[in-house]
Amino acid sequence: MSKRIEAKNLDIYYGSFKAVEDISMVIEPRSVTAFIGPSGCGKSTMLRSLNRMHEVIPGAYVEGELLLDGHDLYGPGVDPVNVRRQIGMVFQRPNPFPTMSIKENVLAGLKLNNRKMKGSEADDVAERALRGANLWEEVKNRLSLPGSGLSGGQQQRLCIARAIAMQPEVLLMDEPCSALDPISTLAIEDLIQELKDSYTIVIVTHNMQQAARVSDATAFFNIAGTGAPGKLIEMGPTDKIFSTPDQKSTEDYITGRFG
Amino acid sequence: MSVTTNSSSKALNPLKAGQLPRWAPWAGLGLALIVGLVFGGMKVAASTLIAAAVFVVGMHVLSLYVEGRRRANDRLAQHIVYGMFMLALVPLVWVSWIAVKNGLARLDAPFFTYSMRNIVGEGGGAAHAIYGTLYVTGIATAISVPIGLLTAIYLAEYGGNSKLAKGITFFVDVMTGIPSIVAGLFAYALMALLFGPGTVNGIGGAIALSVLMIPVVVRSVEELLRIVPNELREAAYALGVPKWKTILSIVIPTAISGIVSGVILAIARVIGETAPLMVAAGFTQSLNNNPTQGQMMTLPVFVYDSYAHPGIPRQPYWDRAWAGALTLILIVMLLNLIGRVIAARFAPKAGR
Amino acid sequence: MSSSTIAQTDSSLRPAKRRIGDTVFGGLSTLSGVSILVILAAVAIFLLAQALPALTTAPDVLAEQGYGEFWGWVLPFAFGTVWAAFLALLIAVPVSIGIALFISHYAPRRLAQSLGYLIDLLAAVPSVVYGLWGIFQLAPALQPAHLWLSKYLGWFPLFSGNPSGTGRTIFTTAFVLAVMILPIITSLCREVFLQTPRLHEEAALALGSTRWEMIRMAVFPFARAGIVSAIMLGLGRALGETMAVAMVLSGAGVIHFKVLTQQNPNSIAANIALNFPEAFGLRVNQLIASGLVLFIITLAVNILARWIVSRRAQYSGAN
Repeated sequence: MSKRIEAKNLDIYYGSFKAVEDISMVIEPRSVTAFIGPSGCGKSTMLRSLNRMHEVIPGAYVEGELLLDGHDLYGPGVDPVNVRRQIGMVFQRPNPFPTMSIKENVLAGLKLNNRKMKGSEADDVAERALRGANLWEEVKNRLSLPGSGLSGGQQQRLCIARAIAMQPEVLLMDEPCSALDPISTLAIEDLIQELKDSYTIVIVTHNMQQAARVSDATAFFNIAGTGAPGKLIEMGPTDKIFSTPDQKSTEDYITGRFG
Repeated sequence: MSVTTNSSSKALNPLKAGQLPRWAPWAGLGLALIVGLVFGGMKVAASTLIAAAVFVVGMHVLSLYVEGRRRANDRLAQHIVYGMFMLALVPLVWVSWIAVKNGLARLDAPFFTYSMRNIVGEGGGAAHAIYGTLYVTGIATAISVPIGLLTAIYLAEYGGNSKLAKGITFFVDVMTGIPSIVAGLFAYALMALLFGPGTVNGIGGAIALSVLMIPVVVRSVEELLRIVPNELREAAYALGVPKWKTILSIVIPTAISGIVSGVILAIARVIGETAPLMVAAGFTQSLNNNPTQGQMMTLPVFVYDSYAHPGIPRQPYWDRAWAGALTLILIVMLLNLIGRVIAARFAPKAGR
Repeated sequence: MSSSTIAQTDSSLRPAKRRIGDTVFGGLSTLSGVSILVILAAVAIFLLAQALPALTTAPDVLAEQGYGEFWGWVLPFAFGTVWAAFLALLIAVPVSIGIALFISHYAPRRLAQSLGYLIDLLAAVPSVVYGLWGIFQLAPALQPAHLWLSKYLGWFPLFSGNPSGTGRTIFTTAFVLAVMILPIITSLCREVFLQTPRLHEEAALALGSTRWEMIRMAVFPFARAGIVSAIMLGLGRALGETMAVAMVLSGAGVIHFKVLTQQNPNSIAANIALNFPEAFGLRVNQLIASGLVLFIITLAVNILARWIVSRRAQYSGAN
């Protein structure tokens, strides 16, 4: 239930603006890959193109190949809806649907495909997903209350539960902790460690320590200047990137000399 | 796993789904149009309706078969949404076309220079009604703008969360909902009590329009004043500028283009009102330059009167009605355009 | 104006005294606010004063002058007002929501705003023009539809009865009213649809929902209160609309639900407009009293709308 992602010479555009240029990388299954780099370097754009969410912005498109276990995500006949069902996403700010209860939020994605889910089956799925997101114990007595009543960290774990209830192959996380306090951040980081046993996880983060703590592989993105496209500078095992990177700019960024 | 892959297990590539080719909707549309023409008996409305129904239902069934339930529903929603938009264009095009077609016949110089005094049959014009509209709307604006502006200032700058402010906000909302004919009756009743029964004149009409106009002005100006960033006010206070001067020299100038456009749009909103003016300003066939004395014709009432009480032959009266209608549309659209342009052109750079 | 001498007031810490400018300006604006309350109270009082004779005069005196008892007289018009407005909503609401969605979520971004203006133009047409259009164009155009509906769907109670030969029915009127309230409902719905948080839309899309599913999952729940208030505002407009009904409808004081027949329940507003110019004596009072009834109906609708919105706002948690 976990797949390999491979990008080959990927360019990402917003209209005529080239946001990301010539990315080639392999993201291994059952591991955590972190994207780091200064603001505007294209790491979020890259992440969003992995499940075709960047298409939501009008005029955005990609060139090159992006393969999920050998199948091109942008091939002819590929349905972005199917892509997104298999590649789940967690956003920077927790975004549970405000009008739905906690349980309805978890089941929101599943209900789309499986309209007549039996009550007991739905309960099981919801429990499994919430347990998977380390949230079950905290909310099991208030499943029918609105999700917006939870704390920020709980809301974010609810969003993770909502994503893993779909049983995706890949889980994308776009700075999932940037709106959370340190304790909630720790809970999410622990959760990421558990989830990597079953999912391919890609996480964008501004927090270098977080990348060092949770990820197995790290990719460093950078831009030459404003208006220039973002590029992948270097990618490798996290230990190596954080101790002996090949590129000078990677070292500068990690040691805090810029960015 | 069992729940999520029921559709993707069909194909080898789990990302692919059954998809209709891009040209399918166009082909479907063409086919539906042919069906519509054949069964609609070459009548525009019937053919279009049949074609639309055939297209929407046909595409839904086809998509249901090829792409599955969810895609089919998505398509259905899309087609209905597009259809609704096109449906709304029908009356717009129809009304403008018919007003232009029937109105141009009498949109000539005499229409703007002659009144209906001593006119039977052809000729004549709406000068008296155009003047009347200018008087009545002008007076209504003169009443509404100061009251509306100051009330908005009170609500945005002074009222805060006080009971009075909340009450005024509520009653402004209530006032927005007053039916126009009721505003006319109010003006009539007010004039009757002040100046004796049956007092119907330009002032009465202006009062009726003011009742409709004030809440529009209050609402739009208040909204604009609230958009003015608080930092500007605080910057002025920090320089020791008193509050009233801050409002007059900082807040209002910042919002002035919006205020002007709001007032213009409010005028556009009331200038086409017919019913209250029929009740409160009345009918006449000749030019009346005195709003305080005697009934005063206005353009919308002129249109109604020409239609409803034609002489014989009827056609010249109806021609004048349409010319009046076209003039009215042009005035309202012009006012709308000016209001929008002022708002867009001179707006201070805001978030959106 | 000593208020501009900043240095003086700054250096000397005299107890603040209220500036004349502030007093005058604040007082003026407060006065204007209060005048709104006065105007509304005046509306109510003057209408009531002019309406009272019709309500208090003994029925036999009224009957003697050929007017009949007030409540029996006004009831059919009140019914006609509500019935026509309801039918107009039935047509306008789905179309408006469709158009609003089209502009907010379907049309290409660049075109969306201009298309919005196009719909707003419908609001720029004065009601008397809609009246002309309704009577000269729409009524004859819809007349065959009357025959068709009566022939094939005559078993349905609404479409029963002898179809009108002119098309000046409540059926046609409802269409005219629908066109008139469409721009209001559309523009309000469009505003709330556009305000749907992007986060919620993306959350729905990231779960693999289609555009329509995203709209149902994220847009509609967020916009529910806004849609209700838009509908209520449209209803208020339809209830009070005068000229289009007065010109298009061939009305009478009857109560029935049939929409295709020659005998149609007239609306209060149209009845006033048609009869006021020639009215005198007690008739005037009677018409004004019916205006008061209309005022109360629209007031009730407005307050109901406000109540629904405030209740929904607490419950939805949409900020």
